[in-house]
Amino acid sequence: MRIPVKAVGAATALLLSTPAFAGWEPTKPVEIVVAAGAGGASDQMARMMQAAIQKNNLMKQPMVVSLKGGASGAEALMYMKSSEGDPNKVLIAYSLIYMLPLSAKIPFNWRELTPVSVIALDQFVLWDNSAGPKTVKEFIDAAKAASSPFKMGGTGSKREDHVLTVFLEQKTGAKFSYLPYKSGGEAATQLVGNHTEANVNNPSENLEVWRAGQVRPLCVFDKERISYTNKVTDTQSWADIPTCKEEGVDVQYLMLRAMFLPGKVTPEQQAFYVELFHKVTQTAEYKDYMEKQALKPIFLTGKDMVQFLEEDDAINKSLMTEAGFVAK
Amino acid sequence: MEALGLLFHGFAVLLTWKTLVLMMVGLVLGIFVGVLPGLGGPNGVAILLPLTFTMDPTSAIVMLSCIYWGALFGGAITSILFNIPGEAWSVATTFDGYPMAQQGRAAEALTAAFTSSFVGSLVAVLLITFLAPMISSFALKFGPPEFFAVYLLTFCSFVGLGREAKHKTVISMSLGLLLAGVGMDTVSGNLRMTFGSAELLRGINFLVAVIGLFGISEILLTMEERLALRGHAASISLRVVLGVWKDLPKYWMTLLRSSFIGCWLGITPGGAIAASFMGYNLAKRFAKDPESFGKGRIEGVFAPETAAHASGTSALLPMLALGIPGSGTAAILLGGLMVWGLNPGPLLFVEHKDFVWGLIASMYLGNVVGLVLVLTTVPIFASILRVPFAAVAPMIVVSCAIGAYAIQNAMFDIWLMLGFGVVGYVFKKIGIPLAPFTLALVLGNRAEDAFRLSMIGSGGNLKVFWSNGLVGSITTLAIVLLFWPVTDGLLGRVGLTQRTRTTPQ
Repeated sequence: MRIPVKAVGAATALLLSTPAFAGWEPTKPVEIVVAAGAGGASDQMARMMQAAIQKNNLMKQPMVVSLKGGASGAEALMYMKSSEGDPNKVLIAYSLIYMLPLSAKIPFNWRELTPVSVIALDQFVLWDNSAGPKTVKEFIDAAKAASSPFKMGGTGSKREDHVLTVFLEQKTGAKFSYLPYKSGGEAATQLVGNHTEANVNNPSENLEVWRAGQVRPLCVFDKERISYTNKVTDTQSWADIPTCKEEGVDVQYLMLRAMFLPGKVTPEQQAFYVELFHKVTQTAEYKDYMEKQALKPIFLTGKDMVQFLEEDDAINKSLMTEAGFVAK
Repeated sequence: MEALGLLFHGFAVLLTWKTLVLMMVGLVLGIFVGVLPGLGGPNGVAILLPLTFTMDPTSAIVMLSCIYWGALFGGAITSILFNIPGEAWSVATTFDGYPMAQQGRAAEALTAAFTSSFVGSLVAVLLITFLAPMISSFALKFGPPEFFAVYLLTFCSFVGLGREAKHKTVISMSLGLLLAGVGMDTVSGNLRMTFGSAELLRGINFLVAVIGLFGISEILLTMEERLALRGHAASISLRVVLGVWKDLPKYWMTLLRSSFIGCWLGITPGGAIAASFMGYNLAKRFAKDPESFGKGRIEGVFAPETAAHASGTSALLPMLALGIPGSGTAAILLGGLMVWGLNPGPLLFVEHKDFVWGLIASMYLGNVVGLVLVLTTVPIFASILRVPFAAVAPMIVVSCAIGAYAIQNAMFDIWLMLGFGVVGYVFKKIGIPLAPFTLALVLGNRAEDAFRLSMIGSGGNLKVFWSNGLVGSITTLAIVLLFWPVTDGLLGRVGLTQRTRTTPQ
């Protein structure tokens, strides 16, 4: 199974034909809508942007973070959908925009929102407890030999982590019991406490327990290694983690992090935010954050973004269908 | 002792005029948001978080944690004066706190609440200071079966030790569990009981329900009975405060028991709520005259407040050491820490000593300063009761509505709150207790998830709840407590308990 993710190489700005600053500016505080709970990856990213915008004076109006993580993020989607024409709300979206409408039949379609920019791609890594098997092969062999299925911790049901678990099973023939926790942080500590055998957390979610030597990264679900070569632990950097393909398990998945406005906003309003988030990606805060969380840099707007989203949507849809997660 | 040295270093970091001023500002803001029902700690901290971006991390976290302390203290005020719990764990405080206020002993009840908050937090901070590494490894022992066992223990202690008729407690609890199921089911990823409504996607927020059930229904009852807030003659003076303090040693057992329960449950997420209820129920169980609880007994304020604050404070430990927030407010603080580049986790204590010990030192200082601050302002708060009901009631309703709205910025929640107000009124009229309902609404989801995750993990084998010493003893204790009236009798017969039972439960 292959999941090509396009246009990653062009990490630098692809600001094409955005019209020059057309003069529109928010007249009241801007809300960053987070489709996840407090402390999660989206929340952290929103707070980073809030700090970057405030410290660098990128906008006159203040920015407030609005947590709408109810119903696994569906609350945020419905909130954006019902805010048509309101240019003071920006959603920080991830792959839930494709998956939730399929798995839970939420009446939502990202095409009803106004795309602003794709700002990052998030990786997935297969982790096990540092006392567990040391390589992917040993891990898979142990999973196959185990009397009861290995427990795989993850965030939510019928979402990225769950999909990856299903494909890991298909590719290797090993069986896993998937345990859906409420957050990646919980999945991380449950792995440390030996309540699960593995998880497929994003780098940021397992970073601290990795640095403390409590978990071990086995492989990254991408076609190439993570680019950051600064040491994260005493001996390893993100770039030292092999890809799953190198280790003989060809499963790939990247998750988008993108900004959206509600539907029916004017082109001037859209242009303002394209410019704003472009500036954000130039700040030291953003660059630090990307490296620290091992996010893959990308910046797409306009037609490129829509094309990217359409392709990404198709990929997610086929994965969800293949995994049997699409609600009838 | 290394911990002491580090702690004094922490105090040294803090003792500057700037930090002390920030501390006071934080506390006052915190009390203010705590007094408005629903606004509470999480919202207060979230609103004020951006203010601190330009500060250095230590000053920022000191200010934020003082807002947190302030909100904790403030939450007790509305519970006692108006029967409106500001936070989930203040619910148990209303049981005896509100009757005390009605009897004109508001100042006494407030003093008791603040003092026991102080004691509970102090015990927890001491624990954090000296046992931090040990405790965080204990928290790691908790997997789904252990979590479920703790929730089961809470539910069972409620049924087994409660004063109300058992069937009414169970009815109330079942209704709560039912409503807790509304919204997204995280285990299956499907929606339940939303009937196609976008508003119901979020599920039923606990605080919205509590504000309605307790606050609005109280207003309705008062309107029906007489148009006055009871408890006019709240005499306030240093004498009341000292009087409460003088009696404090008499309740050492309650304080100790509640602190212990609080600290123990605090390190498991969501523990503060369970702790406050359990602290209350156990105090009642071990009292010589359990039937006097719920009628304005000071111990009924001491017990839940001590437990709630011991656990609220010790909940910061798993947040710092493991990155798991134990409460909504802790979750926002967690977000704040990350903005300053401090990643909570096992290495925080090693790599950012200054910060961690500054925070712990600020817990001591913030707690002391907070206690003085709230005690000196007790007269102001207690005097609210002297304002005519006709003037106060609309203000309470408006503040309830603002609170209900502010939790999720949803107009629908105001209607929901009013609906719950009517439900609460009816429940009170027909004698169905509200507390089991609210408890089930808060813990129902987590208990269900924990149970189902345990079942997935064990392949559907119930033996998993006795699979190790920790989970086995908690589960067994839960079952003993569920059938307490029966088991107590049996134990008594074989001579295991010396106590003679005074009243049928």
